[in-house]
Amino acid sequence: MKTVGVLALQGDFEAHRKAVERAGARAVEVRAKDQLETIDGLILPGGESTTMLKLLEAEGLAAAVREFGLKKPIYGTCAGAILLAREVTNPPQPSLDLIDITVERNGYGRQIDSRIAKIDGDLEAVFIRAPIIRRVGAQARVLASYGGDPVWVEQGRHMVTTFHPELTGDLRVHRRFLEKL
Amino acid sequence: MYLSEDFRLKVGLAEMLKGGVIMDVTNVEQAKIAEQAGAAAVMALERVPADIRKEGGVARMASIRVIREIMNAVSIPVMAKARIGHFMEARVLEALGVDYIDESEVLTPADEEHHIDKKSFKVPFVCGARNLGEALRRIAEGAAMIRTKGEAGSGNIVEAVRHIRTIVKEMKRLTVLGKEELVHEAKNLGAPLELVEWVAANGKLPVPNFSAGGIATPADAALVMQLGAEAVFVGSGIFKSEDPEARARAVVKAATYYKDPAKLLEASEELGEAMRGLDVAKLPEGELLQTRGW
Repeated sequence: MKTVGVLALQGDFEAHRKAVERAGARAVEVRAKDQLETIDGLILPGGESTTMLKLLEAEGLAAAVREFGLKKPIYGTCAGAILLAREVTNPPQPSLDLIDITVERNGYGRQIDSRIAKIDGDLEAVFIRAPIIRRVGAQARVLASYGGDPVWVEQGRHMVTTFHPELTGDLRVHRRFLEKL
Repeated sequence: MYLSEDFRLKVGLAEMLKGGVIMDVTNVEQAKIAEQAGAAAVMALERVPADIRKEGGVARMASIRVIREIMNAVSIPVMAKARIGHFMEARVLEALGVDYIDESEVLTPADEEHHIDKKSFKVPFVCGARNLGEALRRIAEGAAMIRTKGEAGSGNIVEAVRHIRTIVKEMKRLTVLGKEELVHEAKNLGAPLELVEWVAANGKLPVPNFSAGGIATPADAALVMQLGAEAVFVGSGIFKSEDPEARARAVVKAATYYKDPAKLLEASEELGEAMRGLDVAKLPEGELLQTRGW
């Protein structure tokens, strides 16, 4: 059985852990560098990207996660997508540059602009203070869009969604990630 | 109601705040310090609870100018407090676009019988609770996040510990009761049977359960998280301490590594003086904030 690490510095890592288990893999919460050696793939959960970034940098985890991403798959949701992007705006902040996209933080506005929408036919997408992917590089592929903006993008072994499949019972997104391991 | 789209979005934001620290701030400068230190959200208010306690008078919703300046200055969620039962303060905050409203006992209550009908709002609410009955009544009214009340502005963790332990113990108890006993229990708790049954089946609240009221040190934050809190609010503890920046960073670290004593030791080192605390047992009944709310 494959093991998926869920970065557990802050955010909805517990919901991801449960989704991974339901999708048929082992899940571990990752808080330290040495744990990266024991996992086949990593999920960067939803939460506050600035908080996660501070904690990643403080513990020397940022470089280790980037290094991990050069060999193994990483899936980022919402804040995780912001961390994986090449470029972040509104406001600009450092990121891991593992997927060639430009992401605008809080693209839809504040919490009252959060929404649940159907995308790609019948996939329920929960957007919470979600970012908007404003640019997709030539190597990246759009898997689903909402309102004309890409919301599910993959590039090689890596994948991002600006919505939260871990907050629904639908395991299709997690299953696709498990196929990359 | 619990499966409605609106309610799932409200709880969804609370899910995103888990493992984080929500810090009280009174101006843009403090909000930026909080964000830089890694706060998951800030609570915009005019006076921190320790000052409200000291200065007295009627404590109301913060000035709109202050809240708006803070919303413009940081990219993390901004919460603000409304008085218990003051649904028009809440409507003003909703129109302003704050991300969460705290219907808070820290402010002077506007209604001594009723809380706000939180279901009728699009913006999510957090409410304080000292026990399970109080928590479930607030959820029944539409709160999408519960926090312990503790004793705000005291710098003393004892009440937050009492409240989180009480709520966790009362939930555990429900999980071993029979169906007919739950009906009786709903009556005792003063809470809807539907919610009592949900807690009995799941052993937890149907919304995230955070802790607030008296958290002053990294070890305080770790303690309430060990006891079952999923995130912490720090009110006066940061900006009433000697070194707000270092303390803010340390509490953020503690909320992440609350199971790791070596990391907590790192977080606890090289901090200046914590805020001066109050012995809650010596506070006259009339000065307690936690008894506000019904």
